Parts: sequence; C-alpha cells; structure tokens
Amino acid sequence: MVHVALIMHQALSVSEVSTYLRELLESHPLLGDLWVQGEVSEFKRYAASGHCYFSLKDGEALLRGVMWKSHAARLAALPRPGDVVLAHGYLSIYPQRGDLQLYADTVLPAGVGLLYAQFEELKARLEAEGLFSLERKRPLPTLPRRIGIVTGRQSAALQDMLAILARRCPLVEVVVVPCQVQGDRAPDSIVEALYRVYEAEVDLVLLARGGGSIEDLWAFNDEAVARAVFASPVPIVTGVGHETDTTIVDFVADMRAPTPSAAAELATPELADLAALVAEARARLDSAATSALATRRALVNEAARSVALRAPLRQIGRDRQQIDDLLRRIERAFSRDAELRRVALSGLGARLATLSPQATLARGYAVVRRATDGVVLTSPTQARPGTRLQITLRDGTLDAEAAAPAPEERR
Amino acid sequence: MSTPSPVETYESLYVRLQEVVARLEQGELPLNETLQLYEQGVRLAAACQRLLDAAELRVQELAAGDSQLDLEA
Repeated sequence: MVHVALIMHQALSVSEVSTYLRELLESHPLLGDLWVQGEVSEFKRYAASGHCYFSLKDGEALLRGVMWKSHAARLAALPRPGDVVLAHGYLSIYPQRGDLQLYADTVLPAGVGLLYAQFEELKARLEAEGLFSLERKRPLPTLPRRIGIVTGRQSAALQDMLAILARRCPLVEVVVVPCQVQGDRAPDSIVEALYRVYEAEVDLVLLARGGGSIEDLWAFNDEAVARAVFASPVPIVTGVGHETDTTIVDFVADMRAPTPSAAAELATPELADLAALVAEARARLDSAATSALATRRALVNEAARSVALRAPLRQIGRDRQQIDDLLRRIERAFSRDAELRRVALSGLGARLATLSPQATLARGYAVVRRATDGVVLTSPTQARPGTRLQITLRDGTLDAEAAAPAPEERR
Repeated sequence: MSTPSPVETYESLYVRLQEVVARLEQGELPLNETLQLYEQGVRLAAACQRLLDAAELRVQELAAGDSQLDLEA
C-alpha cells in the first residue's frame, strides 16, 4: 500500500509537467531546429489574428503546427491541403491543450514547390537585372516577311501554328528550327535552336510549346533559355503551355501569347484585312479619278459660260471632248477589271453598307428615275424609247430621254 | 537572298499603290496624267490582289546544328 502523502509529495502538477516538457523539447539539439516533410492535411489562417494553424501527415502519423502571422506573411503562397511541404521550426507543446506542436517559421513546397521556389528566385533576379523591362519590348512587325519558329519537332504546337499561318497569312515565309522541349537536354537544345534561327534572317521569332505539367514546361524557366530569348535580335513572341501557365521566357519575350496558336495569330495580319486595304485603295482610286474629271468638266463648262464670246470655242470643245473620252476610258478600265471590282466591293461589304447614297453618287454612280412617276429604274424594260428620264448625279439632276435598249450584255 | 520574299513583293506593290492614290487624291494633275495614274493604280491593285489570292505558305526546316543557310531546302 503506497502512502498517499508520499505520492502527493512526489507528484508533479500539470503545469510542471508541461513546463518540463517544453524546456526539454526546446533545448533539444534536433527538435529545437528541424525540418519536417509531410503532406498538408489542413491549413487555416485566422483572419482576425493572421496566425496559421495546420497539420502535416505522413501515413498514420500526424503533427500539428502553428505559424505566427509575422512568418506567414513572408510566404509567397499559403500551402493548401494535399501539398507536400518542407516545414522548418521547433517542436514544443501548447500547454493549454497539452498538444505537441511544430512552431514553424518557414513552409516551403517540396518537389514541384521547390521548382516554384527556384522560379521565384530566378524571376526576381532577372527582373532586377532588367531582362523584363517594358522599355525594351519591341513592337511586332505589322507584316513579317520571314517568321522563325522554335518548337518541338513534329509537335502538335508546330502543326497548329503552321495551320494558322497558312490560313491567316500564307504570304509569309516560315523557318522552323525544331528542338527538344522537355527533359534535361531541353534547355541546351532550345538555346541552340534560338541562336540558329537568329542567323536565318527572320524578322520575328515564335518560341512555343504545347500544354503540359509544370515539370514539362520547366525548360522555359531555365536561366540560359531566358538569356537566349533576351539576346534575340528581332521581336520574339512566346506561346508556352496554356493560358494559365506563365514561364520566365514569357516575361523576357517582347510579347507573350497564351498558347502556340495565339502566338501565330498575334504574329500575322489576316489576309482578308490586307485584301480590304487593297480594295479600299482601289475604291479611293475610282473616286479620286472620277472627281478629278468631274472638277475638270465643271471648270470647262464654267469657262464656256463666262467667256463664251472671247474664248476660243474650239479649244473648249476639244477640252470637253477630251474629258468625255477620258471618262469613257475609265469606264472601259472599270469593266476590264470587273472581277477585281467584285472582290474589292465584297471586301468592303460592311463599309459599303454604311455609305450614304450621296457618297455612292460622289463616287460616280447615278440614280435613274422615270420622270412621269419617279420610279427608280433597275431594268431597261422599265423605259420604252422616248420615255422622259431623270438622272440624279452627285451635285445635280439631268433630264434625259431613253433611246433604244443597248444590246444585251452577256455575263 | 537574291529573290525578294512574297511579302516584300507585295509590300512594294502596295506602297506604290498608296502613292498613286495619294497623288490622284491631291488632284490638280493634267488629264492625261490623271488617267495614266488611274490605270497604273488599277494594275497595282490587281497585282496585289493576285499575290494575296495565290499565296501559299513556304515552310523551310533548319536543324539547329547546321552551320550553313540552305535556302533551297
């Protein structure tokens, strides 16, 4: 029978146990300064205090942890459940609950997370060095002559880009330098391919790779690759992975596209846009020529009226005749190029629709109405020979009379 | 690089077309010149359009190891 008084004499109070354990743990050479690897099973940050509480697990074992606000604030990203992390700190107990806890000062993602930590380190360093500087971003050529493509040999990314270039702007020439885009050899291979394409007299470079895991895209976070992109003598567009992926080369490039296909689209104008520009020039040509001649004719008419008596009438007559000749030649030129005009007009489709009838008249078209009832004529059958007509031109109306219909034109 | 690329050919035609349009729009030219310019412009526009219609993507592959540019490849 144990003497109760003796036991009471030897017993420790709860807080004494707790304090003893705490001092033991915190002064322990290993447990007082250790790295623990485990999977985050829970991670909570209390909004009010800013402190973080988490637990790490590994098989059946679980370790609770706490990270004070001041330390948590230094993390690039808070860990999430499922992340495998490396946590640094010391072990101690939380006296109020008797829990053993890891008091962490750093939580680093392990594995992929370590890559991420490298990424952040390299990004900060290259940024400080000025490799991402906006001032040195060059504008892309509006219509590149020769585009260099650096990407995986026979990759889907390459096929996608070529298909888009062939559809959008087959006028350009393409130089492809294939390289390895993943694996240990990839960074060297990409650097080599980039320098090769820089020699190929291209005026734009696309550096691309299709989507993949963060490890697959890792070569594009390589320092040597980043510096090779920086060294590009011509603008360079990156299209690496999917929209959500951002790699170091994206920061260095003159322009970043979300995907390889998007890079090919950013790089080139659409042929239809070029055709629209040609059509617009063509339309301006017609209207400038027509109005130049109309001005001439008006001047000659004016001269004829004001100096009728003194002017050499034959000269005025010749001028008039010359203008009429020229107008006829223009009309012939119009019909010679009927096909081009059709293309030009269809290219202008939307724009034409917004043109007012007045603008159409200004370009030399006319509206013909029957004088008796004002019906707009669209067919010679609507006016028998002898019918009085009214022709509306840009700045006035002409009275006319229908003659015999012209022989049918074959179309 | 003796032969100009399709884009270079196209651009030089297009630049000339723009010049013709600009001169014509300035006006105050003798009638004959107006017509000559007009016809020149029509030809240039048609040539531009033909180039656009006939364009076919030219793709050339270079190996990273090659030291010489082989344009005939």
